[in-house]
Amino acid sequence: MPKTIVKAEVLAHKLIGPEVCELTLKASGLVQMARPGQFVHVRVADTIVPLLRRPISIADANAAAGTLTLIYRIVGHGTELLAQTLPGSRLDLMGPLGNGFVLEAERPLLVGGGIGLAPLVYLAKALCTSPITIVMGGRNKNEMYWQDIFQSICQNIHITTDDGSMGRQGFTVDVIDDILTGDSFDMVYACGPRPMLEGVARLAKERNVRCQVSLEDHMACGVGACLSCTCAATDGKRRKVCTDGPVFWAEEVFD
Amino acid sequence: MLAVDIAGIKMKTPVMTASGTFGFGPEYSDFVDLNQVGAIVVKGTTLSARSGNRGCRIAETPAGMLNCIGLENPGADQFLTMTLPKLANYDVPVIINISGNTVEEYGQLAAKLSVTGVAGFELNISCPNVKEGGIAFGTVPQSAASVVREVKKNTTLPVIAKLSPNVTDIVIMAKAVEEAGADAISLINTLLGMAIDTKSWRPVLGNTVGGLSGPAVKPVALRMVWQVAKAVRVPVIGMGGIMTALDAVEFLLAGASAVAIGTANFVNPRASVDIAEGLKDYLVSRGLKQVQDLVGQVNNKL
Repeated sequence: MPKTIVKAEVLAHKLIGPEVCELTLKASGLVQMARPGQFVHVRVADTIVPLLRRPISIADANAAAGTLTLIYRIVGHGTELLAQTLPGSRLDLMGPLGNGFVLEAERPLLVGGGIGLAPLVYLAKALCTSPITIVMGGRNKNEMYWQDIFQSICQNIHITTDDGSMGRQGFTVDVIDDILTGDSFDMVYACGPRPMLEGVARLAKERNVRCQVSLEDHMACGVGACLSCTCAATDGKRRKVCTDGPVFWAEEVFD
Repeated sequence: MLAVDIAGIKMKTPVMTASGTFGFGPEYSDFVDLNQVGAIVVKGTTLSARSGNRGCRIAETPAGMLNCIGLENPGADQFLTMTLPKLANYDVPVIINISGNTVEEYGQLAAKLSVTGVAGFELNISCPNVKEGGIAFGTVPQSAASVVREVKKNTTLPVIAKLSPNVTDIVIMAKAVEEAGADAISLINTLLGMAIDTKSWRPVLGNTVGGLSGPAVKPVALRMVWQVAKAVRVPVIGMGGIMTALDAVEFLLAGASAVAIGTANFVNPRASVDIAEGLKDYLVSRGLKQVQDLVGQVNNKL
């Protein structure tokens, strides 16, 4: 898949939740190639501190308008600097990188935990199927700004929070068994913390439902050169999260 | 203007890519015309495939980064059958960085990989991230020399010894590999470093320690290149934190005949060609005809 580097203009940048920002960019030339599940590698500043790019998943892409949306959590110095970027300024973006989700589902179940919900926005929009069921997990109700985003694109929404302040108390994995029992699905797409992905993949396997998971890792190059992000696959070989993933078939990376 | 000949390896520009930072080359072909790169030094290659170190492998540090990849690579056979044919599509010298667990393995690798399409070898006697081999050969002059001798016995291709900065006296190491027959010397590999997570009190890197690279190491690299270039007759390839054409100029003035771009590739995939272009502009602006006019010209007289 072709990749490019663009100087993308910041069109809008706002805080949408605690420590979570939505960044909209004009990224003509890049956005037309972007598929759900892929990511961009962002230079947060033109200085040598911080030095490395930050991999951020694509939360939406509008090819006609040339706009790209990123939703990211402020987790350290790099994303703190990124959060200060104002509309009108430009950001150096490399991408689209990685392999996206396979868009072959008639009855999809989407499962996202925390910031892992970001790539599922673009996925849900691209699936062109109905109904779409999504399970969203977060720490508490303050993190459930995701409901505003997903309510127009997903017909069935289930919510879990760690503290029970919204939806059901617990983790996404706790409700998936019931959901998989109550309805028939032909694909599970999951993105979020690794224990969640492992749990979702295990339940999908038990039900014989195909499952794709999106992994994340620290990356330097983003193009398969530095091998910072490789992981062990079930065939005994190694996979690069950046270029073989970040989306994998669950059985490729989980036992 | 930019062409150089390093120990018989003819390059269009003196700007190479450093091992481990550019994959095998094709990974970057969407962003950079590989035909415009001085030479590609491919990822460290071992006799058998290696899976590398467990746990977190990189950590960003001020103006730099630590890595502990641990020489993950598909092995020499896979390189020959899968990778080298792809590189044949490009008009660029391919230098293989080789790493062995024993002195004999370096010789076996050189013999096996001395094939059409390979321009030379860079001996990795300086990897800080593996238990055997690697840096163990790069910190003892006699061991480094024996690796060079063994490789020279097994190939007629140019042999470049890559030195570790993790030694007290880099000049002793340089002289040892030159005397053993190295055709060129590249330096520096990464500086051994560490980072600790103050929340968990655990080392950030899975291997506890790792190699520091990036702009943070440039002054150390430059000093070592200057020391070595004065002390040896073979060409020196300078590397360590080069981000811009002016950084490259500094290394040339210090005595390097060519330079290699490492960590900068991660930030700007086009760094190797951008820097070559910038170097050309610099030569023009100074009224110089060739890159050789810069080499070793630092003037430290009062």
